[in-house]
Amino acid sequence: MSSKLAKIEKRTAYLLILPSVLLVFSIILFPIFSNIWISFKNVELKDLRIPEPRAKKLVKSIKDNPNQIKIIYKLRNSSLTQEITNVKFKDKYPDNIEPISLNNKCQFKSNLLKCELGNWPKKYRENLEIVFQNTNNQEISKKELKSYKPKLSGKSQNILLTYEFTLNNFKKVIKDKSFIDLLSTTFYYTFFGTIGAIVFGILAAQMVNQKFFGRTFMRSVLLFPYVAPVVALAYTWELLLDPTSGTLNNLLINYQIIDGPINLLGQKYVTLNILGFDFKLRLALTTVIIFEIWRYFPLAFLFILARLQAVPKELYEAADVDGANPIQKFLNITLPQILAVISILFMIRFIWNFNKFEDIFLLTGGASGTRTLPINVYQQGFSIGDIGMGSAVSIVIVVFLLIFMFIYFKLLGKRADEN
Amino acid sequence: MKIKNIFTYCFISSLFLFSLICIWKILVTLQGIELTNFNFNKLFTFGIVLCVMNLFIGKKFNLNIKLIILALLFSIFDYFISINLPIWYSFGIFLISLFFFNTIKNYDKNFLSKNHSSQKLFFNFLTLFGITLFSFVILFPFYMMLVTSFKTQALLLLNPLDFSINFAQGLPELFKSYFVVFKDYNFGRYMLTSTIVSLGTVIITLIFAIPAAYAVARLNFFGKNFLSTSILIIYLFPAIVLVIPLYTIFSQFGLRNSIEGLLIVYTATTLPVAIYMLQGYFKSIPKELEEAGIIDGQNWLGIIFKIILPLSLPAISSVALYVFMIAWNEFLFSLMFLDRPNTFTLSRAIQFLNVGAETPRQYLMAGSVVVTLPILIIFVYFEKYLVSGLTAGSVKG
Repeated sequence: MSSKLAKIEKRTAYLLILPSVLLVFSIILFPIFSNIWISFKNVELKDLRIPEPRAKKLVKSIKDNPNQIKIIYKLRNSSLTQEITNVKFKDKYPDNIEPISLNNKCQFKSNLLKCELGNWPKKYRENLEIVFQNTNNQEISKKELKSYKPKLSGKSQNILLTYEFTLNNFKKVIKDKSFIDLLSTTFYYTFFGTIGAIVFGILAAQMVNQKFFGRTFMRSVLLFPYVAPVVALAYTWELLLDPTSGTLNNLLINYQIIDGPINLLGQKYVTLNILGFDFKLRLALTTVIIFEIWRYFPLAFLFILARLQAVPKELYEAADVDGANPIQKFLNITLPQILAVISILFMIRFIWNFNKFEDIFLLTGGASGTRTLPINVYQQGFSIGDIGMGSAVSIVIVVFLLIFMFIYFKLLGKRADEN
Repeated sequence: MKIKNIFTYCFISSLFLFSLICIWKILVTLQGIELTNFNFNKLFTFGIVLCVMNLFIGKKFNLNIKLIILALLFSIFDYFISINLPIWYSFGIFLISLFFFNTIKNYDKNFLSKNHSSQKLFFNFLTLFGITLFSFVILFPFYMMLVTSFKTQALLLLNPLDFSINFAQGLPELFKSYFVVFKDYNFGRYMLTSTIVSLGTVIITLIFAIPAAYAVARLNFFGKNFLSTSILIIYLFPAIVLVIPLYTIFSQFGLRNSIEGLLIVYTATTLPVAIYMLQGYFKSIPKELEEAGIIDGQNWLGIIFKIILPLSLPAISSVALYVFMIAWNEFLFSLMFLDRPNTFTLSRAIQFLNVGAETPRQYLMAGSVVVTLPILIIFVYFEKYLVSGLTAGSVKG
């Protein structure tokens, strides 16, 4: 009896999870695997359009002969690159007409015209003309003739489904001179974005953890940058930082802090003189990182605040009795308590910043030294139009991602063991 | 009382006062008022003088009278060193200094001779300073977004620092950018698309996720552990690695430029987190309630609808709001899949505005306000639910 119940339970469970599993499989897992397939192929954006046989139907009356009518089909292969084989043509006509003459490719049977048009090479064009006459002396309705649409079908090779593979994409990715620069930019962006967000998150959480007037309001405000749509925020920043009409530059010039405008998003390097040493700072990248920190520190803040509120008050009271100063209290009580949260946060944010696309894309489009791996996927795949290359870069991202995840789950497992 | 403590106290307090004044001056400058100097030297020195006065007067007479006198002194001083500024500017200075002296009114010689008092002072001011600075830095772009949408291109070119709102021109003139955005740029349609897509994603996600989460939380079946760990792993895969294959597949099936295509992708990408969040909550519901349901002769469907759903309404609203936010803000997929204006979502439409022709900035900002405002209103109104959703789902973002 109980085994029967277990069976029913099992069956219900599978039934309940099946829709979700299917959807996630087809939209997330299947694409990840097909990335591997595409990355070994030489596919371009223009190859993605499936070649289609197309026909435009023109109806023309014949002079001095109302009983006859001419139909012209303008046939063409929509693809500029691929051949269509075995093209078949089908069209329907009103009951009262029949063709006068037909070439041997076509057959007419009970209002249906069927043609076998053979193979069409790329860019192929042909006109098919057929004259019809009426069978019952009634007028031929042009409108009715036009209301039927011809149907064409043909076989074409789908470049995605062939078994031709190439290693060229990966060779190009790795041999590319800018690949090292690409990787270093990505890691620079990821690392400093993550660290900055966590540092500001700790600061903000420390502040909001104290009692002051308007604390709940402050908590909501701190989350605004994370909640608002990235498009709106990125464009607002772009306007603020604009070198000629931007508010920031105008303010700085107005208060005589700088002499001329600085193109914060369009200048690759700026040379800083600190203590007699010249530093080359990557300006646009730094600006993008600051935006990143501004937008994502709320998340770190939220996590750390939740942890801070769970720290027992007695610990601080005991420290007060011992005469500890605020810095000691922070270093010896608060920090150890939030360290676990910070390490998880670091791993997760690191993975996510590594894959961040929208922020950089909207602010600079990857120009002036802000090209990261995700931006490169877009540029290769859609700006240059080399889908295979884009896929190869995606695979590079996935490999890094798997390494990060491995480390992350290793750490997580270790922590779980300790507890 | 140590000299070091007095020195730290004066320095930090005066610096804090000065930075408050700076923020105020920046805001005033952005009203188109000519103000080209922060007067750091004078204000900072006078601030130190007043702080020392505050310290030595201590609690000798009524604290409120003391702070009003000090604030007045400061505003009068500022009034004399700055020329030709409107009276509301000085009033603002007065209020700020009132707030400042209110926070330091309790400090006197006794306080400064206590242990760690300079560090405590430092941290007190750091908190205050942090709160003001953080609010300013966060709210400033939002403020600029709003005020820019009320200006015109010509006025902004004339004086790029004048963001004052001219109420005298009448409401239709003031909201002109919004009229243009809705009428000429079709934002009404985009807003409808965005709403349909976001609500649709929420509904479909819940329909898929609730049964699946229930199965993972409650039922025993082969592969359950594998499933619950893979949910998390799948969730960590970013959209950027899905974009190319999905683009090729969607192109071939003609799903690009369709709301259906967008709905499928949004649902699939939010499903893992929805299941993850819901199953956690379902596990916390006592099993006895369901057993009672079984005794009453309910089947699985009945249990989900009559027992689980009503009990987990808070969790479901969290998930719903979180998914809504993700779908409303989503940009990458809408950029990839939509290139015909009649299927644009709001985010895509704003990007199109920016990239396309030379769109005047006030229209761009009006569009940004249109896309930002709904989500911020929802956030503030349902903050409790959304925050718990964010915390649970914030592994992604």
